[in-house]
Amino acid sequence: MSAGPGFDPTAPLTASGNLRRRQAVSRAAEIGATAAAVAAIAVLALIVYTVVSRGAKAIDLDFIFTGYPTGVGPMLLGTIVIALVATAMAMPIGVLIALFLTEYAGSRAAGPLRLTLDLLNGLPSIILGLFVFALLVDHKQQSGFAGAVALAIIELPLIARGSQEVLLLVPKSLREASDALGVARWRSVLTVVLPTALGGIVTSTVLAVARAAGETAPLILASSVFDPKSFSVNPFEAMPNVPVWIYKLSEEGNPEGFTEAWGMSLLLVSFILFASLGARALLARSKRKLSS
Amino acid sequence: MATTASPAIRVGRGARVSPRRRRFDRVADRALFGICLLAALIAGATIVLVGYQVIHGASPAISKFGFAFVYETTWQPNFGTFGAGSVLFGTAVTSTFALLLGGPVAIAIALFLTLLAPGRVRGLIGPLVELLAAIPSVILGFWGLLVLAPFVQSNLEPFLHGNLGFLPIFGTQQTTGLSVFTASLILTIMVIPIIASISRDLFQSVPPELQDGAGALGATRWEVVRGIVLPTTASGVVAACLLGLGRALGEAIAVSQVIGAGSELHASLFEPGDTLASRIALQFPGALTELHKASLFYLGVMLLVIGLASNLIAQWVGRRFAYAGTVAK
Repeated sequence: MSAGPGFDPTAPLTASGNLRRRQAVSRAAEIGATAAAVAAIAVLALIVYTVVSRGAKAIDLDFIFTGYPTGVGPMLLGTIVIALVATAMAMPIGVLIALFLTEYAGSRAAGPLRLTLDLLNGLPSIILGLFVFALLVDHKQQSGFAGAVALAIIELPLIARGSQEVLLLVPKSLREASDALGVARWRSVLTVVLPTALGGIVTSTVLAVARAAGETAPLILASSVFDPKSFSVNPFEAMPNVPVWIYKLSEEGNPEGFTEAWGMSLLLVSFILFASLGARALLARSKRKLSS
Repeated sequence: MATTASPAIRVGRGARVSPRRRRFDRVADRALFGICLLAALIAGATIVLVGYQVIHGASPAISKFGFAFVYETTWQPNFGTFGAGSVLFGTAVTSTFALLLGGPVAIAIALFLTLLAPGRVRGLIGPLVELLAAIPSVILGFWGLLVLAPFVQSNLEPFLHGNLGFLPIFGTQQTTGLSVFTASLILTIMVIPIIASISRDLFQSVPPELQDGAGALGATRWEVVRGIVLPTTASGVVAACLLGLGRALGEAIAVSQVIGAGSELHASLFEPGDTLASRIALQFPGALTELHKASLFYLGVMLLVIGLASNLIAQWVGRRFAYAGTVAK
């Protein structure tokens, strides 16, 4: 058995001669670990409870379908459009990157590419805000599209990573069968490999959208000066959107605004929780199916 | 030889690839490869372009203030003087605090999930902890502003000041509850799920025979953790903490909602402050002069450098030393 450098496996295992004390320490550690888990769940429960109890009051049909001041319809629509545009950009590129990683890249190309994805994933979202500001907004005007570009960069590594994991699970036998029939590589990729992995790809995309939908920092720079009264589906002007509106209301410090913000928070959180829980369950299922 | 070929053979002949189709296949194969390669290059180009745009945006401030910007502490937009010292300090304080408090809790959660929790509890609590990471930062910040800050102001701060007030970090509390302390608590909530989920995966990779062996030698559960689980995964756990640190450093929105936006340096955690990221989020929309904007971009450059560095170190630590103990397998 080899072990890490400077690691003496016997040291902490040497009996201290006091069994009762050792057991007490162990017990305390167990209780501590359990308490930590309980605390984390309690914080989650507290947040969700606050959002639900304070947000439910605000939500009715008017709230969802009309504009400011009675509702937040434009913000909801804007967020949906921005997320759709972002996904339309990120999904194809992400899936192609995953294909590149699984089908074409040798270890030499895969290493740097994976590192790139990890670095993209680790970029602070406010940096992406500065980026799209400099690239698309500065000296021009704010636009939902600029926000969508930032969100697409957030989604990209998530989609690529998730799709790659699913693609790796596609059984070898399927590829081999396809090869044995003399099918060209591209044909077997497009007609055998991708369709088999499609479920997993879609669910990892949904997870990525759930992550991006609540991003606020890039949108503050890209799409924050908007008219909360009018519905807009033109992504080339500043679009109303939920996260920025929650942020603005929270900064204003007006109690009615707070209620409105809680209502939007509830809508956003329920979308995110349902999307990520549902997608996670589906992903686990399709992975199980593929690997069995 | 029989002249009447069996149906199977005839099918085989019919399906034989025509030269035209073969040529098409060859082109299409190359095309698919090319498109995939292009996508990969786009990812790489994005990183470079992000770096370029942020540095380019900062260039007026870089040429005006030079490197002194990094440690200069005066930030007065009206007078055209900018320095990142105080926000750099705020960033360091908040993320260190978040890591010191959140790291151990997260590792404890991961240990609970891998070693203590029965299967069904694990299947429930694991995803719930990850859901904590899925809550958008703006909502977490909003909750921090309206629920956590009042609680901190009326309970936590008086308690800490009363009992540990001799430490300069627990100075007199402010009236709002919006402070570096509250921001650190919010960041703690944010880093816990990240560190916990990575550590859990690491702990699960520890070979059970090592743990069983220690147990057979009479080690208690804690001694198994201390002697087997943590040493074999130490590098990975460090990497996980660095990734958590990266998240804490870069969080702009939630921090800007609860930190109170102060520009001075204070030893006390109960004073308002600001971080690199939150200052950008707070001041960028209202920045009027080009120099102000450029200075905020300069903060972005610093954030980018620190963020990329912590990420790269995490990758390096994780890869270089990872699984040193699992070689036994």
